[in-house]
Amino acid sequence: MSSNYEDRDRDYGFEREYERAMPGRGGARRMQRRKICRFCIEKVDLIDFKDVKLLQSYVPERGKILPRRISGACAAHQRMLAEAIKRARNIALLPYAAD
Amino acid sequence: MAEKRTYEVVFIIDPGAGDDEVMRLSESVQKIITGQGGSITKTEVMGRRQLAYEINHKKDGTYVLLEVEGSGVEIAELERRMRVNDQILRYMTIRVDEDRRRADKLKDRRANKATRRTGAKSKASSSASNSEIDNDDA
Repeated sequence: MSSNYEDRDRDYGFEREYERAMPGRGGARRMQRRKICRFCIEKVDLIDFKDVKLLQSYVPERGKILPRRISGACAAHQRMLAEAIKRARNIALLPYAAD
Repeated sequence: MAEKRTYEVVFIIDPGAGDDEVMRLSESVQKIITGQGGSITKTEVMGRRQLAYEINHKKDGTYVLLEVEGSGVEIAELERRMRVNDQILRYMTIRVDEDRRRADKLKDRRANKATRRTGAKSKASSSASNSEIDNDDA
C-alpha cells in the first residue's frame, strides 16, 4: 500500500477528540474505531462558508482541505464542507495556499 | 422567471474607504436592487477583517453581507456595477434558497421521525399499563 499523502501521520488538532486512527507505527494498518461524522451527531444541515472558525479546523496549516479519511465526516457532510471551504477561499476568508 | 430566489451577496470594500463611504456604497447597492424589483432582507456590515491573501495589494478589507430576494435580474445588474467599482475588491453571490429548502426538509424529516418514535413508545407503554392512562396519545 503506497500513499503519496504525506500528512497522514501529522497530528491534527481536533483529531485528539477521537481515538488515533493509526495506533503505533508499523503495526496494524486497520483503524481501531470508525470515526463518526461530527456533523451528523450535531445534526448540521447546512455548513456556512462564513463560519471561519469551524472551517479552519478542517484546513491544516498548508491550507488544504482535510480528507475524509482524517476528518471522519460522512460523504454528504464532507461535500458540504468542501463547498463551504471553497467559497470561503473565494472571498479571502481562507487561503488557497498557505506559506 | 417568476419564482423568487434568495441570494447571499458578500463583497469586500477597500480598506481605505471610510465609514461614510461604506454607508454610501451599501445605499447605492440597495438602490440598484430595489430599482430592479428585488428586495433586501438583510444587510450586515461584518466589519474590517484581515484577508487570507492579498487582493490588489491590500491586506484587509471591510466585509459586507447582503441577503437579496428577487428573480436574478437585479443580481446581474449588481454584479455588473460591482465589477466596475474600484472600491470593491471582491464580491461573491450565492444562491441559498435551494440549499435552505433542502435543509428544512431534512429537519422536518428528522422531526417527523422523532415524533413517530416517541408516539410509538408512548403507545407501547400505555398498552402495557392498560386501563390506567390511555387518553394522552389520542
